[in-house]
Amino acid sequence: MSNNSVTTRPQVLVSIDGAPPKLDRLSPAAAALRDQLDKQTAEILARYPDGPRSALLPLLHLVQSVDGRVTPHGVEYCAAVLGLQKAQVAAVATFYTMYKRKPTGEYLVSVCTNTMCNVLGGQEVYDTLSALLGVGHDETTADGRITLEHAECLAACDYGPVLTVNYDFYDEVTPESAVDVVDRLRAGERPAPTRGARLCSLKEMAVQLAGFADERDGAVAGPGAGPATLRGNLLADRHGIAVPGFDPQTPIKVGEGRPPVTRVPAANKPASDGKPAGDSPLPQREHLKDAKGGDA
Amino acid sequence: MSEPGREVLAKLTPVLTKRWLSPDAWKLDVYERLDGYLALRKALAVHPDDLIQLVKDSGLRGRGGAGFPTGLKWGFIPQNDGKPHYLVVNADEGEPGTCKDLPLMTCDPHSLIEGVIIASYAIRASRAYIYIRGEAVHAARRLRQAVNDAYKAGYLGRNILGTGFDLDLAIHSGAGAYICGEETALLDSLEGRRGQPRLRPPFPATHGLYACPTVVNNVGTIASVPYIVLGGADWWKSMGTEKSSGPMIYSLSGRVNNPGQYECGLGITLNELIELAGGMRPGHRLRFWTPGGSSTPLLAAEHADVPLDFESVAAAGSILGTTATQIFSDQDCPVYCTYRWIEFYHHESCGKCTPCREGNFWMTRIYRRILSGQGSHEDLDTLLDVCDNILGRSFCGLGDGATSPVTSSLKFFKQDYLDYIEGRTAPRLSAKVLAGAH
Repeated sequence: MSNNSVTTRPQVLVSIDGAPPKLDRLSPAAAALRDQLDKQTAEILARYPDGPRSALLPLLHLVQSVDGRVTPHGVEYCAAVLGLQKAQVAAVATFYTMYKRKPTGEYLVSVCTNTMCNVLGGQEVYDTLSALLGVGHDETTADGRITLEHAECLAACDYGPVLTVNYDFYDEVTPESAVDVVDRLRAGERPAPTRGARLCSLKEMAVQLAGFADERDGAVAGPGAGPATLRGNLLADRHGIAVPGFDPQTPIKVGEGRPPVTRVPAANKPASDGKPAGDSPLPQREHLKDAKGGDA
Repeated sequence: MSEPGREVLAKLTPVLTKRWLSPDAWKLDVYERLDGYLALRKALAVHPDDLIQLVKDSGLRGRGGAGFPTGLKWGFIPQNDGKPHYLVVNADEGEPGTCKDLPLMTCDPHSLIEGVIIASYAIRASRAYIYIRGEAVHAARRLRQAVNDAYKAGYLGRNILGTGFDLDLAIHSGAGAYICGEETALLDSLEGRRGQPRLRPPFPATHGLYACPTVVNNVGTIASVPYIVLGGADWWKSMGTEKSSGPMIYSLSGRVNNPGQYECGLGITLNELIELAGGMRPGHRLRFWTPGGSSTPLLAAEHADVPLDFESVAAAGSILGTTATQIFSDQDCPVYCTYRWIEFYHHESCGKCTPCREGNFWMTRIYRRILSGQGSHEDLDTLLDVCDNILGRSFCGLGDGATSPVTSSLKFFKQDYLDYIEGRTAPRLSAKVLAGAH
């Protein structure tokens, strides 16, 4: 915030029409960000034609993808793009836990220590990793490989205790299995998560968080459902339970005096019976059998 | 481990979860083979008002916790007002215990997108956003892929299926803030601000995103819509109870043999859910549980036969919430569990309202004192007093929710607190945690 001349309000919101934002008079570091992120910035802005400031959260993720954290020049860049004061951007950046203000490692290891994971052993997992790595919450190992944090509920209580690496899941961890994951990360390996895509770096993940597709081959197809997700379903399937009376042709009641609208081409296929289908067999069933000793 | 009885098994209602058994249902062609986008064709063939009436007739209530009637919410959107309308899907799942929306978006993202298109058509919105929790990266990958595929197939964009209806949909990742699951905080966050709740009225129905009429609905709510369009309101009401209709995804976690997602008609009891989940783990006896996340008052073993629908849970002194049943046993300490939740609320309080910001801070200190064996009887009165000063005195429900585990655990398990205070229970925390503030 030392030099006011670098924050003159730029002519920005033109990027709504696809024109590149005109951002002159940036500090050299922010100008470098601009040169690197120009195209992605325009794509982000195009998602919010009615309210360009909505681009701020994705833009903050985007600058993290370069710097591994929200740096002062990252703040400067976001402010310039959106015609905001740097203080306004900093106020937002400091509110959200996923925006890091200190340098981060290649991998962010988050251990859930909220109540359910906690009583199932999550606290021991966190304490073990903290002792192993010699770092505490929101701290990074000296080799720049791993940032450790304890996280609040990660919405996977049926797999507790869980940890995530760059937000992909390792389910039902123990202190031993968590140490194994971390040891392999430190050795330069990328152990496969239980659910999610194969690991990438935290900076690469920030690009996805900014709203861009994961272009890596097969990433989207990474495991989505583990055994717990499907338990109720498999139980119903195994016992032949379905909700009776479902008829997809049930007419929609038309309001009185209103002629029906018939402008939609019908689908050129019959309605299915809703039974499981797909390109692959059901690996989850095998999965469950293994997990529960023949339960499926 | 015993198999659940026939009568209990019959309470399973796989509807929203059904496609999860098809591992590739997230792909457009597989989804289309499983009735996908059939509801959309049907919906676009009728007047939008008929869809709002259909959803009203179905009795669908919000799946995010509050249970507000969805059709009524849609009906509040003023029509012919000359302003743009928005649909915003609340996919910021983070209520402790809740894990139903992330698997839905991961396994069956197109069902949410199809619901978004139908709902947008009904409320005359031409732009919609799915605000997904930042940490939910895999669900977001699948959603982004599904949105791209839906655009290519003509289900999104200009002139959808040749009907003249336009809709743009974007996936917006949050950045780690539980408070953004509160609908007005979510809107502020989506507008690029700190996620802090707004004072209501005005409500989002008239002044939502960019101060325009906006519907904010939970993932499960919107994903229910295609099924109602296909099967009809009467079929939907054949599940659940009279006032709480339809199926609901119950998330079971904790001390049961088979934790996981169980979709059942609203009104199933905890005992029945535990039976479906293969019973309590060996050596564990049910002691306390949350009916719908940590913001709903704890219930005890004696409530295990309460039907889990909106009305019955309220009558039992709690809230149905997100139907995230976290199940704790006689080996879990209600004081420690409550302490961990209060640490959570303290961390997640956005700081806007003093009672919530300060109250949760001081409650963490009191809990640390009690759990390190240095509490006093007066601390229990102070806890209740602090709760009195938070409840109903903050803009949004986060503060109210924080008081739920405190007052309910004191109601049912006061002896556990006294055991720490009077030295019968060994301290759970070391006195180190008291450094700094008492």
